Amino acid sequence: MSHQEISLRRLLCPLPVIRTQDTIKTLQSGDTLTVICTDPGVMHDIPAWCRINGHQVLNTRIESGEYIIEIQVT
Amino acid sequence: MSQQRKAVALISGGLDSMLATKAIMNQGIHVEGINFFTGFCVEGHTHAIRKRDTDKVKRNNSLWVAEQLGIKLHIIDIIEEYKQVLINPKHGYGANMNPCLDCKIFMVNKAKQWMQENGFDFIITGEVIGQRPMSQRKYTMPVIAAESGADDRLLRPLCAQNLPATLPEREGWIDRNQLFGFSGRSRKPQMALAKEFGFSDYAQPAGGCCFLTDESYSLKLVDLWKARGTRDYELDDVMLLKVGRHIRPRPHFKLIVAREDGEAQFMSGYKKEYVSMHCTHHRGPLVLLDGSLNADDIALAGRILARYGQGRDEAQVEVSVRDQQGVEQIISVQPFKIDEIPEDWFI
Repeated sequence: MSHQEISLRRLLCPLPVIRTQDTIKTLQSGDTLTVICTDPGVMHDIPAWCRINGHQVLNTRIESGEYIIEIQVT
Repeated sequence: MSQQRKAVALISGGLDSMLATKAIMNQGIHVEGINFFTGFCVEGHTHAIRKRDTDKVKRNNSLWVAEQLGIKLHIIDIIEEYKQVLINPKHGYGANMNPCLDCKIFMVNKAKQWMQENGFDFIITGEVIGQRPMSQRKYTMPVIAAESGADDRLLRPLCAQNLPATLPEREGWIDRNQLFGFSGRSRKPQMALAKEFGFSDYAQPAGGCCFLTDESYSLKLVDLWKARGTRDYELDDVMLLKVGRHIRPRPHFKLIVAREDGEAQFMSGYKKEYVSMHCTHHRGPLVLLDGSLNADDIALAGRILARYGQGRDEAQVEVSVRDQQGVEQIISVQPFKIDEIPEDWFI
């Protein structure tokens, strides 16, 4: 199991979704990914993309104006 | 046992592609969605930038549609490849800088490539003959199929009965009788079908889903190309054309003036790429300067900035000018009066 973190700061949706999608393609089942974003739209869009594609959102939070989402690849 | 046939649907996030996909799913076909991001998609961006839009639901309609349909959605970044479509469209532009026909051909071609790479059988779109003045006419339907290379693997379920039978229909993968013969600009047939399918909520885009159909946006893009002497752009250009007032007092530079806090916050992310300005002692907007400016130009830009600040009625206002490296200088300027800024400076 590996863990990756990517910065998607300044990108506006759907680019954070696309970058998340493309990164997950390179990961294995069970791996985890943390994405750090500044577009509040990700709090809706990335979980929606995960639901559609069967991945699990482990945690979402806002820290210092940044939107952080932890995902487990299934 | 017959082979499970698979279709890839172009999902825009609007009602038509949603209905077209549902109609094919109802015939037992496995469908996955594909959505292309050109950089000019209206989806999400302005809501994310502008504070006044914070009450609006920040949903991505293509994702939402896919979730309603219960299908996978693949969102593809085509920003770089799309430049050639926009800069040099074989079939020309629509009312503004929208190369709709070339855009559709390009997207169907990309969908065809995806179909081949992923072992799918055919492509679905939500096109309806006569629905759009440039790309959805009887004449353009075969042009899109032929020039995209999709040929008879391109199925338009909502108007299929008005078109020659495609491969999925001829091969019996799809029952043509269960497809539709919609045509024209009326939305009533689609709304009736939505009701029949049980869809009560769907996006109703006014004026399309692409900034290139917008006159104001198109004028700013043409201005950008003219000022730079080249028909090229980067994603940051595309984004910044969506925000602020754009004022060009001289051919070699322009100001982007934030209209509200949300835009200012978004634009502040570009301070390392552009010279920026703000008033030091009065509330006022953030301004980005695009171009090469001398001292006189900076002073002129400062006067324009000051006109939009709360010090607009003062004799002199102090303005902070910060370069891309963060080096700051303070200048003192006389704010323009409201009617002193010529109309033709506004892009």
